[in-house]
Amino acid sequence: MPGVPAADGIVGRGMASGSDLFRQWFDRLSTAAASGDKTAYVFVMGSLVEILRVFDFPVSFPEINSLQTAVRRVSHEYLNQAEDYGYSTDICGYVKADVAVQLRGGAHPMGTLPRPALAIATNACNTYVKWAEIWERFYHIPVFTLDVPGTRGAGGQTWPGDPDFAADCAYVKGQLQELIALCERVSGKRFDIDRLREVLGYANQMSAAWRRVIELNTSMPAVFSALTEGTVYLGVANGLRGTAEGAAYFRELVEEMEYKAVRGLGTIEHEKYRLAFVGVPCYPIFRRFNEMFAERGGVFASSTYLWFASGGTSLGFEYELTRPLESLAEGVLISVRHAMDAMFHPDRALAADLASFTLDGVVFHPIKSCRTVSTGLADSRRALMARTNVPSLFIESDMMDKRVVSEAQLKNRIDAFFEGLATRRQPAPA
Amino acid sequence: MAYAAGVDVGSTQTKAIIIDGRAAIVGRSLIDTGANVVVAAEHAYVAALRDGGVPEEEIGYVVGTGYGRYRVTFGHTQITEISCHGRGAVHMFPGTRTVVDMGGQDTKAIRVSPTGEILDFCMNDKCAAGTGRFLGAVATALEIPLSDLGIMALRSEKPVKISTTCTVFAESEVLSWLGRGKKVEDILLGVHNSMISRSIGLMRRVGIEQEVTFTGGVTRNIGMVQGLNTALGFEVNVSDDSHFMGALGAALFARDHICASRVPAAHTEARR
Repeated sequence: MPGVPAADGIVGRGMASGSDLFRQWFDRLSTAAASGDKTAYVFVMGSLVEILRVFDFPVSFPEINSLQTAVRRVSHEYLNQAEDYGYSTDICGYVKADVAVQLRGGAHPMGTLPRPALAIATNACNTYVKWAEIWERFYHIPVFTLDVPGTRGAGGQTWPGDPDFAADCAYVKGQLQELIALCERVSGKRFDIDRLREVLGYANQMSAAWRRVIELNTSMPAVFSALTEGTVYLGVANGLRGTAEGAAYFRELVEEMEYKAVRGLGTIEHEKYRLAFVGVPCYPIFRRFNEMFAERGGVFASSTYLWFASGGTSLGFEYELTRPLESLAEGVLISVRHAMDAMFHPDRALAADLASFTLDGVVFHPIKSCRTVSTGLADSRRALMARTNVPSLFIESDMMDKRVVSEAQLKNRIDAFFEGLATRRQPAPA
Repeated sequence: MAYAAGVDVGSTQTKAIIIDGRAAIVGRSLIDTGANVVVAAEHAYVAALRDGGVPEEEIGYVVGTGYGRYRVTFGHTQITEISCHGRGAVHMFPGTRTVVDMGGQDTKAIRVSPTGEILDFCMNDKCAAGTGRFLGAVATALEIPLSDLGIMALRSEKPVKISTTCTVFAESEVLSWLGRGKKVEDILLGVHNSMISRSIGLMRRVGIEQEVTFTGGVTRNIGMVQGLNTALGFEVNVSDDSHFMGALGAALFARDHICASRVPAAHTEARR
């Protein structure tokens, strides 16, 4: 039974305790809403929770709140309300669901969400900036916009030792100092560098473990579905980053995945095809979407979603606690840049994953209401196909809006994709 | 060797093909699908058997395809029309590398290997724009038999520019051109051109590589065939049996099964 650990107490533990932690996190947000605690609204890319934790801000991720309405099959109610309010059908579904949550006074399927006291947005997603402006207008709160220098043209990245990297880090560090001053003003608390070291220590443990968990899915069979189970792990990676319980969760998750890898325990019974998922999941039919692959023996061993929706922490960057602020600036720069590359140039990392994850195919899943992630996917797919011989599937739906999800059409394309994979494995006709 | 059968249950019409041990077509049938998909599949199958003079007990394997493939209750296996059109096209025209299939409710572009393996494909979204249904709506609006559209379109000298390929809006746009005094043939060629433009857009997404084989019900429209030839700058492969390409591909997969060789992974949930 999903969500219940097996008799050995290890297999399935990550799913069960992840769900519990998730519930507790939302309960804490409901408590904050009731008591009027000053809450920070952040996004999964560039959340900067490491700094917010120092000031004990409860942290709310509106993207996660919105996708939960889709998973719980009520997103249409929220989307309709926002559209009635005046938002176009073409606007990001996450934004619209969040607007409806705000219009409802925080009412959400998982509790009551608090109002923000401040918000942090980054340039990793152009919608973030406009989304935060909505809260600014609704609540007259300060919005801190973090500008992260991305990968240079033609894929060039700078690393420690390069003058350009040093300049980029100084630029980010200056912004972090501005954020600290803002947090002091909003919270009424003084910044504590030792508390930051403690938070960074927990974040380090989580980042290293998150990277290890993803690596362990190179095992055959895959020890978890990067699409379904991976999304639960991702929720904890975001919501509990920089906390002792988050670090402990990931420590145990590594243990579970290593246990499964050593014993050859796969996430599905008969793994036939190992796939990579590119894009954002189809939350309105989250389980069914995965089933359409699993019932043909397909398992998602890898997913770019786990890279960019964890803000690039999947890279496993670990902060140097002897120089916390400088190292945080480096980590933010490298991780957020990685998240952006995972969205805009997924073909580069995917090409490397083909061998390490022993992939049979790649599934590109652009979605209607997130053009940031989806616009370049057709080109990324073409680039990947030009470099490799890997079969790929291009299917479109949405992360929130069931009106643009056609299960029958998805299934037809998925079936054809698997027919092609099966044909490839057969000997050519004489 | 036993005969093999393919039944293609499309949104508008259901096609069935019977082939012999040498993969030669011996029987075919074409009927309107109507509301009862199960019955349509059975009727088409029986009609094809009758056409070929083949007793049912001599059929060794049946593959269902098309959107109603899981309703071919007597079928042994279901395979998507994407694989079937690719397979049928390469069989009929071995030089095929790109297939463009225009059916009643969808248009698809398929890139295939010399062995018929599907390398890439792309279809219209949840919209009947650029499909046979679009032509049907125009025929209704103009009160012209569907079979005459292509011939009439070829008489045009000054085609209008159709700004929408939306099937729902097609009628109003066509009537608006009529209201502005445009000739019927000019409107029709405009309609054909908009569909051709859309289908070539789909083909570009998978890459246009010669030879291109045109399949599906719209192949019976001479205006569409000639329009594609002009737009592509070379002639597309088309035959009298192009309409049956999905059913033919299904029959070839059925024959493969009989030969115990190359057949894609199949679903058997609707098996008798």
